[in-house]
Amino acid sequence: MDYFVELFFSGLTRGSIYALIALGYTMVYGIIGLINFAHGEIYMIGAFTALIVSTVLSIFGFPLPAIIILTALAAAIWASAYGYTVEKLAYRPLRNAPRLSPLISAIGMSMFLQNYVLLAQTPDFLPFPALIPDFDFMEPYAGFIGSSDMVILVTTTVIMILLTLLIKFTRTGKAMRATAQDRKMAMLVGINVDHVISVTFIIGSALAAIGGMLIASHIGQINFYIGFIAGIKAFTAAVLGGIGSIPGAVLGSFILGLTESFATGYVSSDYEDVFAFSLLVLILIFRPSGLLGKATIEKV
Amino acid sequence: MISLKDIGKACIIALWFVALTFPLMVIKVNPIDRIIIWRWHNMLWVGLGSFLCYLAGRAWLMRREIRLRRIRQGLEAELPQRTPLSRRIIQDPVIHRPLLAAGALFFLIFPLLFSTYQTNIMITALMYVVLGLGLNIVVGVAGLLDLGYVAFYAVGAYAYALLNLHFGLGFWTVLPIGGLLAATFGILLGFPVLRLRGDYLAIVTLGFGEIIRLILENWNEFSHGPSGISNIPRPGFFGIQMSLDHSITYLYYLMIAMVVFTIFVVNRLQNSRIGRAWFALREDEIACQAMGIDKTRTKLTAFALGAFWAGMVGVIFAAKTTFVNPASFTFLESAIILCIVVLGGMGSIVGVIIAALVLILLPEYLRAFSEYRMLVFGAVLVIMMVFRPQGIIANIRKTYRIGID
Repeated sequence: MDYFVELFFSGLTRGSIYALIALGYTMVYGIIGLINFAHGEIYMIGAFTALIVSTVLSIFGFPLPAIIILTALAAAIWASAYGYTVEKLAYRPLRNAPRLSPLISAIGMSMFLQNYVLLAQTPDFLPFPALIPDFDFMEPYAGFIGSSDMVILVTTTVIMILLTLLIKFTRTGKAMRATAQDRKMAMLVGINVDHVISVTFIIGSALAAIGGMLIASHIGQINFYIGFIAGIKAFTAAVLGGIGSIPGAVLGSFILGLTESFATGYVSSDYEDVFAFSLLVLILIFRPSGLLGKATIEKV
Repeated sequence: MISLKDIGKACIIALWFVALTFPLMVIKVNPIDRIIIWRWHNMLWVGLGSFLCYLAGRAWLMRREIRLRRIRQGLEAELPQRTPLSRRIIQDPVIHRPLLAAGALFFLIFPLLFSTYQTNIMITALMYVVLGLGLNIVVGVAGLLDLGYVAFYAVGAYAYALLNLHFGLGFWTVLPIGGLLAATFGILLGFPVLRLRGDYLAIVTLGFGEIIRLILENWNEFSHGPSGISNIPRPGFFGIQMSLDHSITYLYYLMIAMVVFTIFVVNRLQNSRIGRAWFALREDEIACQAMGIDKTRTKLTAFALGAFWAGMVGVIFAAKTTFVNPASFTFLESAIILCIVVLGGMGSIVGVIIAALVLILLPEYLRAFSEYRMLVFGAVLVIMMVFRPQGIIANIRKTYRIGID
């Protein structure tokens, strides 16, 4: 039973990281209908920026809470800047091009960013210092949930609530929903669509960067390739929940995280990635619109 | 032509990129020894690079705008006659026949002129030509973005390795079997994703490619795991024993024959009934269905025929290296092949051949820059899509004229 609980919590932790990345996919897809292949790379760049900033700060002798806050800020800011730039360079010029063009451009951008980090930094795994200390009050539960799992769960929940509030109640959120519904109509009622799309990329990238920082500190090592697999899995989660739907992405992420955790715990860890891919193929065959998504009818 | 305002804008953009790349380009940390390495000189390169890139892109856009404006004003009425050089070479028999003959001659005597090492590299390049032409059917002609193409290549290679290991089947027997097996896999993969829109297809094929690789890596009893299968025999020629040099030369001519065969078939296919159905599918799926084209069958044939070539090249690959392991079939390979198709021009046979030769041979001869290879490939995909989506040599479709001209 203890093993079960342990797997359950590790699944939740995985799920919350997937959710942070999947939100970026689903928001971008909802608004411009593009699978942003470079999103996994933004997550990886967030993790790298966090590693660099936190190491520099700790060498300069900053106290731990200041390091955590400044690192999170720096990772989010730089990742958003990358997200914004990628959108402007690789997607905006192709907004009215055939569907295949932005997809190929996105794959190119993903390859470019991966190799950019590889060349600018290192092809090897880098150790990531544990940013989150072991809390005393978590001592009795240490058998099945660690302090960093707890922090990840709480942070993710807070971020989700904030994001929901932003989308539901602010002017920007309203503009985003309008653009997702009908871009042309949104333009006609005076919404600056380019601006809304940029904001979407910025928010999505910042969330991915926070996810990258949390998971890197949790696992303890990063390299340039982590974004690829994480990106595909988060995308699987987004599709599972119904792409374009924000609660769907969160639900899908938790389902995927738990499935993976139990499958690797009880079946075999060799095929960890195969489970996610098979799940993706199965959903696409039986319910392409996802759990919470609406089936779209293409009109001529 | 470039005003002061543009230079100011370029400066701002250079500053933006310097700030953007600052943590990753300038700082390098070692978290264990707690050392920071500052590489300030990189800031200069990034700044200078983005400054020049912006100005170059701006100049290109301005030239295009001016030309478009002149066409609109009717100043360049002679424009339709000014076809681009690449197209003139292809269309004018006086130019292209000698060129073609010279090219054919060069490729025929290549192994006599150059060393075995060079021939080996050329065989690899020719393999990518066939792979590019195969993927061109799926991506370029039918417009289905397949990111797991390397899986079919792996199916072919492992088909030869395993059938040879267990049943002692020879190269010539497995060559068609490998192709057919890959085509079957293509259909199997095609079925579930038929209902999906193009972008889902990309991710499912990507996942499929990874699944095949992971299975090959982990299912030790079946595929011998990451250590792979070695001692695969080279192709035989009526049982004659050949030295290594000779068998490489033999493989080279085999590959040349394969390329010619592929070009012939792909060219015939493109202008056939099914080829025109693929083009129609790529342009507009709904309109295509309305014209009475069976979407399912058309898509599946595209998948199967594309996979067929990958399977055959896979068999040749296994015979060439005499060794297969899963590390040869990563997503990177799919990306390279996709890059060949995109750079060459989707649907364009000549373009794909040139792109494959350039993209495979250049990194071989520019060893100093080989670590930048994938970076450049990524950039090529983006730049081609933004600036020249039709590729280096645009596909010219056969046109039919009806009536009195």
